[in-house]
Amino acid sequence: MSSDGAISGTFFMNGDVACAEGAISAGCRFFAGYPITPATEVAERMSERLPHIGGIYIQMEDEIASMNAILGASWTGMKAMTATSGPGFSLMMENLGLAVMLETPCVVVDVQRAGPSTGLPTLVAQGDMMQARWGSHGSYEIIALAPNSPQEVFDLTITAFNLSERYRVPVLVMSDEAVGHMSEKVVIPPVSQGQLVNRRRPNSPQDKYLPYATDGDLVPPMALAGEGYRFHVTGLTHDERGYPVMTAEAQDRLIRRLVDKIRVNKKQIIRCEEVDVDDAEVVVCAYGITSRIARLAVQEARAEGLRAGLLRLITVWPFAEERVRELGGRIKAFVVPEINNGQIVLEVERCAGGKAETVFVPHMGGSVHRPETILQAIKEAVR
Amino acid sequence: MTSTVTHKEKTTNHLLRLDRMPHIWCAGCGIGPAVGCFLRAIERAGLNPDKVALVSGIGCAGRAAGYVKLDSFHTTHGRALPFATGLKLGNPELNVVVFSGDGDLAAIGGNHLIHSARRNMDITVICINNFTYGMTGGQVGPTTPLYARSATSPYGNLEYPFNLPYLLAASGATYVARWTILHARQLERSIAEALRKPGFSFIEVIAPCPTLYGRMNKQPKGMDTMRWYQEKSVVRDGADPRDVAMDSDGAIVVGRFVDIQRPTYWEQWQQMLGRSKASKA
Repeated sequence: MSSDGAISGTFFMNGDVACAEGAISAGCRFFAGYPITPATEVAERMSERLPHIGGIYIQMEDEIASMNAILGASWTGMKAMTATSGPGFSLMMENLGLAVMLETPCVVVDVQRAGPSTGLPTLVAQGDMMQARWGSHGSYEIIALAPNSPQEVFDLTITAFNLSERYRVPVLVMSDEAVGHMSEKVVIPPVSQGQLVNRRRPNSPQDKYLPYATDGDLVPPMALAGEGYRFHVTGLTHDERGYPVMTAEAQDRLIRRLVDKIRVNKKQIIRCEEVDVDDAEVVVCAYGITSRIARLAVQEARAEGLRAGLLRLITVWPFAEERVRELGGRIKAFVVPEINNGQIVLEVERCAGGKAETVFVPHMGGSVHRPETILQAIKEAVR
Repeated sequence: MTSTVTHKEKTTNHLLRLDRMPHIWCAGCGIGPAVGCFLRAIERAGLNPDKVALVSGIGCAGRAAGYVKLDSFHTTHGRALPFATGLKLGNPELNVVVFSGDGDLAAIGGNHLIHSARRNMDITVICINNFTYGMTGGQVGPTTPLYARSATSPYGNLEYPFNLPYLLAASGATYVARWTILHARQLERSIAEALRKPGFSFIEVIAPCPTLYGRMNKQPKGMDTMRWYQEKSVVRDGADPRDVAMDSDGAIVVGRFVDIQRPTYWEQWQQMLGRSKASKA
């Protein structure tokens, strides 16, 4: 173990444990959580690791409290995270909105299981993808990443912290039960400080500091509690001073900036992986665990002489609309398998704009797709 | 007009956001005086204001966060305490205070309240109890007296109110007190004690709401409620919290009810670190 507490080397670990280690490598030293299957292993790992590396683990009374505790910790300068699954994710929505409004960096991990309600606690689903985008009330933009392996859970948890610190927005790691509970090789490199992003801090005199004044960048520098800035922040619509202003004009100004700080930086945020897309007639658009089955289906389709490709969404929100639109202009069809009854497919369909057909391959949850189901959809789409 | 200052009256204006005046509170409301007591208590306790963080929830009392010249966080309804917990653990040097109302803390935030006390988190809670939800127009709440009228109990409240000191004592708070707004000096001293004391402190502040609760319950002016406090309140330091429920006959027992020692969450954390290192060695 290195002096800063992160481990390095080659390990055999599950996605949940990889998530905890990714957070630690990213500099996360505060975790608040509440036990829930299939995310509990993240909390267990953090409870074991954090006390010995100068961090704090606290088990809160529910997920509402967990979400708030990480916000409080973030305002002291800690990199903070919580991890949960569907029912807890629902409870976090209220203060995910507070995180957006206060522009508080934090990472929320959702190891998705089948819902609604208690559903199938121990079995996989991808049913929270639209909740990730729209779950809190009001208009806002958010960032959500979808890993498809324990290695990628590790990598993307670090990415999540970096994006969160850069844009002062909560970043969601949308894992799932299959990825969270599968054990694979995970290579953890030594922490390189150069790869870690830390929020910008104010350099204005303390009495001149305005918590939400921007300076060319749409993301304002962030002061911390206890530094003497004596700032005020509120979940109410506010001005640059952080003071509440109850007018349509103030609302317009604030919400546009909160949305724009993500939208204008979409190119830096959005990441996709493409396989055999160049000459494809049919592109399977998939993310998370489903992308692994989709990859098999695409390979089989190619083996049968079909021109199929894979567009894997690594960043799910903001959505890769430009790329989907471009592809839609030149391919025959998208095939979208998801372990839900139709969520991201709506985005694909919207961006395809009627130019390419969109074939949805639903799965209600509890297991993953069979490759042949996706292959069949590719064959039908090609026809 | 000029005035002659004959002795140096200590003001707490430097702890207020004067650029946010006038405040939103009604004439006769008890929240402003409670904020005054809190700010004087910071001075009395000798705290560095740079190291005091105030967290509020939602409601009339929750607006306090917006008027104090401290690091101040106006959070969501009921959630001030878990937010404050993150602040305190993230930076244990901070003196973290939660200033909010009875509905915010004891109804929607009730779970956070009892668990923060159970952990003995080092936070001071100032709970304004005006028996009603003021911001939304005077609805019934968790502390509304039995049979009292409100915007949503037009035929009289049929639910029993919380005895907050008893609830907090049972949950593990190490400092529990109750004062009315009439007891300004005692309240200021009590808040200063709580600020200096490690562990979870809870101070209930009985405060008038003439505009809503008072108007609906035969105390239409703040002064009517203050008279009630004067006539019916009795100071009983050390009273058993079980015996301090707000009676239907209108008696108000005030005082410092609980002042005990118990290791705080942070002290337990430090001990745990020692134990785990010893077991690893």
